Amino acid sequence: MLSRVAERLYWSARYLERAENIARLVSVYDDLLYDLPRDIAVSWYNLVEINSGVELYNQRYKVRDEHNVLKFMLADDTNPSSLLSSVKMVRENIRTTRDVVPGEMWELINELDLYARQNIKQGINRSVRHAYLNTIIEGCQKIIGLLTGTMDRHAGWHFIMMGRFLERADMNTRILDAANFQMQHSQEEESVKLGQVVWSKVLKSQSAYLSFRRTMRCSINGASVVTFMLTDPCFPRSQRYCLEQVKAAAATLPRFGIIAANVDKLLQITNGVEHSTDLNEKFSDYLNEVQLGMITLHHQITENWFHFQQGDAA
Amino acid sequence: MDKLIKNYDSGDFFDELIEPSGAPRPPAKQLLKYLDSLTAEELEKRRITAEATVQEMGISFTVYTEEGNIDRAWPFDIIPRTIEAKDWAVTEAGLKQRLTALNRFIDDLYHEQNCIKDGIIPEHIIKESKNFRPECVGVSPAFGVWAHICGTDLVRDHDGKFYVLEDNLRVPSGVSYMLENRAITKRVLPELFENDDIQPNASYPAELFETLAALSPRDIARPEIVVLTPGIYNSAYFEHAFLAQQMGVELVEGSDMFVGDDDCVYMKTIYGPERVDVIYRRIDDLFIDPEAFNPDSVLGVPGLMRAWKAGNVALANAPGAGVADDKVVYAYVPALIRYYLDEEPILPNVETYLCDDPEQREYVLANLDKLVVKPANESGGYGMLVGPHSSKKEQQTFAELIKANPRNYIAQPTLKLSTAPTLIGTGALEPRHLDLRPFILQSRNTYVTTGGLTRVAMKKGSLVVNSSQGGGSKDTWIVVTKGE
Repeated sequence: MLSRVAERLYWSARYLERAENIARLVSVYDDLLYDLPRDIAVSWYNLVEINSGVELYNQRYKVRDEHNVLKFMLADDTNPSSLLSSVKMVRENIRTTRDVVPGEMWELINELDLYARQNIKQGINRSVRHAYLNTIIEGCQKIIGLLTGTMDRHAGWHFIMMGRFLERADMNTRILDAANFQMQHSQEEESVKLGQVVWSKVLKSQSAYLSFRRTMRCSINGASVVTFMLTDPCFPRSQRYCLEQVKAAAATLPRFGIIAANVDKLLQITNGVEHSTDLNEKFSDYLNEVQLGMITLHHQITENWFHFQQGDAA
Repeated sequence: MDKLIKNYDSGDFFDELIEPSGAPRPPAKQLLKYLDSLTAEELEKRRITAEATVQEMGISFTVYTEEGNIDRAWPFDIIPRTIEAKDWAVTEAGLKQRLTALNRFIDDLYHEQNCIKDGIIPEHIIKESKNFRPECVGVSPAFGVWAHICGTDLVRDHDGKFYVLEDNLRVPSGVSYMLENRAITKRVLPELFENDDIQPNASYPAELFETLAALSPRDIARPEIVVLTPGIYNSAYFEHAFLAQQMGVELVEGSDMFVGDDDCVYMKTIYGPERVDVIYRRIDDLFIDPEAFNPDSVLGVPGLMRAWKAGNVALANAPGAGVADDKVVYAYVPALIRYYLDEEPILPNVETYLCDDPEQREYVLANLDKLVVKPANESGGYGMLVGPHSSKKEQQTFAELIKANPRNYIAQPTLKLSTAPTLIGTGALEPRHLDLRPFILQSRNTYVTTGGLTRVAMKKGSLVVNSSQGGGSKDTWIVVTKGE
């Protein structure tokens, strides 16, 4: 496997996961805002904060309203993490790696890209947004299904797995961070009401609601949700599960030792919380630390496999 | 039988499917009978299906424009072009003979140059050829073969005979479209394959793989073969990716490889460097190695020529092979066949006037309105004068160009290219001019594609078949007829 091809597969998986996550996140926010009591201040602008887009957003837009935020998150091609940018990047990466992915992959990503662009207005206008986002999520799932069903489990597959799960873990911590931030900045008297809404939306944004119910069998509150989303060994979007997958994929590749050691470091600090009172500024610092750890991990993956190493010949 | 071709008239051009009497030629009989059983609407529906199939399969080529490059869907006419198997057998033998002689010629040029010493071809023609590479002198590629993949353009004149129009020995393209055309026809007109004995053409990728594998400098069971592409902005990127995928080999760009201190070529993989044995390069000579040729090239691999000369990697086609597709050299090919093989050429050349020769030049200058003038080293139909379709001013410009650099120009009579029925509008067949590009492979063995890529000029009366200039294409059938 060429280093260049490995890198492009890794990125195509990251962008595919990102596109799906954006669609999920927007769709949950939509839902969330309808459920909240009117006097509680949650704004669309939080979506921009979750995705570290604050600086770019403020360069482009003055008003922080629903329309602008959705334009920025879904359609804006100057935002490299927008839905359309992400889908486009999947397509560009696949264009040059067609010889190592299943034949239908190219047709499916063309289809998704075409749909996403041609119907983007539906995503921005509230009335048909749900159907649009749903079709995007299904399109992403179709591609993942195709790969799962037909792709050889050679190195290329493992790079796709690493990209997918690192991106997923990254989004997981962003969502938890956003929820934590929201709770800390709410008024004492509204926090109970708000907590229920916010934490159940965290679960829903990750399709984790039913799994949480079955696994945890307790009420939805900050501590239980955070514990589940960080440590559950079986739920395929939890922090622990994602990191384990990155490690397993790396273990099939040469020179995986350094990557495994780093994933282990991250796993060691992946712990639940006991009380909702633990969700404070310190928890925010902790999530920040985890984020930095994952950025380091990404750089190590790049360094280890994509920057060609003359060292050990085959 | 009459409905569809009742008013069909190809004039004094040879038609591939229909005899002057209006009856179908034997290999086209079943085809036309079936097409005739369809209504105009049904036929139109098939045409639309074909268009959709091209889009779904993502068959495209890139056109260069000032606004950037655009991916265009491959233009396809659903009516196949038929050729009788026993006619094809002769053509096939002619193509093999021709490439064998050309390879002997190239090998001779880079070694003893006996053809010059024996007066077969003048020395200055070679010396002044843009594609003669002094860097290649003395190199001995495997089997003495330099041009491993050759695309030869054939035309049929009004006498119904195939003539060689040109040999493409550098980086000929189009073979993937030949294969995709067949795949489309099978989806769109599957019924046809029941009635006719149509020879399959699908083995090309396997034959190409064998041809390349035989070139490996290392005698190992699984040599590392790669397709070297200039990248996604190349008009033939689709084909590069297609062939790599079909052969199951890596598609690489120049930056994916390097030449080691041991003068071997390696590709950069996640496991470390992996040695490369054979490179099917789809990059022009002058760009493959910035050390040896164009120093500004970022497409190639520094040191590649060094590795090739040391015999550590095979390049297909070999650098310098293009010396034989110079259009002036073309005029000498029949003589070269007689000289190297001691055989009569099976396939004739189109009559060619060399502007280099004073007498012939005089004739060309006096008849610019009747002739086609071509520069010696261009391809893709660029820089040509088509006499009968040109203005006085254009003719004057060419007269000046020829006088300034006679070595660089040849002229040929305007051919009466053959035609074939082409679907124009709903259910209407009209004659359109076409050519044929078969592909010939040579290393340990020699192979010729079954048929080739038929390109058709979609505009009425036009003789320009290049896809970059509005040409289309057809599936090409080699049909075995039952002893009629």
